[in-house]
Amino acid sequence: MISLGPYAGFIVSSYAVVAVVVALLIFWVMLDYRRQKARLRDLERAGVTRRSRSGGSEAP
Amino acid sequence: MTLLNLANPTRFLTLAQRLLPWLAALTAILLVTGLTLAAMAPDDYQQGATVKIMFVHVPSAWLSMFVWGVMSLSAFGTLVWRHPLADVAAKAAAPFGAAFTFLALVTGSLWGRPMWGTYWEWDARLTSMLILFLMYLGLIALWRAVEDPSRAARACAIFTLVGAINLPIIKFSVDWWNTLHQPASVIRSGGPTLDKSFLIPLLVMAIGFSLMFVTLHLAAMRNEILRRRIRSLQLLQASQQQPGVA
Repeated sequence: MISLGPYAGFIVSSYAVVAVVVALLIFWVMLDYRRQKARLRDLERAGVTRRSRSGGSEAP
Repeated sequence: MTLLNLANPTRFLTLAQRLLPWLAALTAILLVTGLTLAAMAPDDYQQGATVKIMFVHVPSAWLSMFVWGVMSLSAFGTLVWRHPLADVAAKAAAPFGAAFTFLALVTGSLWGRPMWGTYWEWDARLTSMLILFLMYLGLIALWRAVEDPSRAARACAIFTLVGAINLPIIKFSVDWWNTLHQPASVIRSGGPTLDKSFLIPLLVMAIGFSLMFVTLHLAAMRNEILRRRIRSLQLLQASQQQPGVA
């Protein structure tokens, strides 16, 4: 067990804040990806497709 | 693959899809190694175990400035070269920059309380970092406030380039003014003053944090490209639904 001395609370809090913020960032990026993919699937199901698929130039 | 090839969003998406699992794995390995080395690092003769806060505080602070640097390059790409991915890169990076700046401020505050006897001091380094955080929030708000993406991109690019003035102020604030914050001990002329037992874990953590940013940034850029693709499809759908529009 690592001994963190009298300021253990400050050290543990620092690492905990970093862990929470990093976990939130990862979660947010993954959730956003799922959401965008689902919206794209819905549009394609509704028959809206990119022009590039029908031979035109590509939308960004 | 050239920069011109990457300007094609579809090629970029393919490359990102291939790279992301490898980058994520490498990031995890580096962070686990860095955290192990940080745990094993000795106590500082003055600061005791609180020196361990440095291993998360310093990489966060470096990245807070690095991300604005990346955004400044992207802003240049938006305004000068009109690179299609430049604005995507800048917009995707801003939330990470804000998060790293927030972490630098909070961990610095938690380190400051036992070492300086205060959580906060209005000195040049701390204040310029707070300004950087507010600038990130302002930039994110500006992106959301302007509806037309190309107008938002130009406005945000100008804001980013003007805001880059704050980077040298943050870096040299400890030299130009009398601050409570210590002067640079790693990136300085004459080499690092840190002992190897602290320097090695710090550098491993810094590389781990940087790779984490690259991984998350790539994933966020992929999301932003998809979001723009959806927007153009929705506009196409709307125009198809309007009677009389070819």
